Amino acid sequence: MKQDIFQAIADPTRRAILTLIAMQALTPGAMAERFDMSRQAVSKHIKVLQECDLIRPKPMGREIYYHYNPEKMQEMDHWLAELRKLWEARYNQLDDVLLTMKNEEK
Amino acid sequence: MSNSLKFDLTVDKAAQKVYISREFAAPLPLVWDAYTRQDILDKWWAPKPFSSMTKVMDFEVGGRRFYAMVSPEGMERWAVQRFTSITPKTNIKYANNFADKDENLEIPGSDWDITFSEESDITTVRTTIYNESLERLEKMIEMGFREGYGMIMNNLEELLGEQV
Repeated sequence: MKQDIFQAIADPTRRAILTLIAMQALTPGAMAERFDMSRQAVSKHIKVLQECDLIRPKPMGREIYYHYNPEKMQEMDHWLAELRKLWEARYNQLDDVLLTMKNEEK
Repeated sequence: MSNSLKFDLTVDKAAQKVYISREFAAPLPLVWDAYTRQDILDKWWAPKPFSSMTKVMDFEVGGRRFYAMVSPEGMERWAVQRFTSITPKTNIKYANNFADKDENLEIPGSDWDITFSEESDITTVRTTIYNESLERLEKMIEMGFREGYGMIMNNLEELLGEQV
């Protein structure tokens, strides 16, 4: 089951993890330390973030570092721009319709 | 139209809500009619080159609007808006679901809350859309826009291709 990106970033701890990883790749151990959480709790959050491709693992030596994936966020921005275009187009048409209605009333 | 009409669209990712606010240079009763009368709705609801085709409009609580977005090639994408609350010239609430041509609803849907207000000849429409998932939101765009846009791009590519 693919993770929902909205649900992934709805959680404040996951947002905090993302913010931190965006600045610097981290190991699960370092994350647990920073957030004063169990490794188990961190693993759960990592799983959710990784499943929607917001973070990506990269093994370095014996450790796994998690990197932030900015492209995923850009996808969201792109999608938002399309949503704006849809509503702008729709409402510009409504402007024209309303203008016609006003003229007909006169 | 005037560029001074305010338009605002924000997405609250945590709440899974989209907020859209827009001003119109028209009195509220006209805007209300444009939202509630089938013949007028079909003139503006679908962004070009799509067209809106309303098959059923039963504007009362418990009633519904069953309509399709029709592509220039004649492809129909059906949706149903079931009215859950109507406060005349103030507010409309409905549950929106995509559907097939036989009105079998797709789950999950989205909940819409549309509020109308007027001040000095400017009518403001505020819309809140609650979606259960991002996938659902993406589908909302596909329904009205992405294919139309993709089509335009394809036409462009064809044109450019012919010139090569």
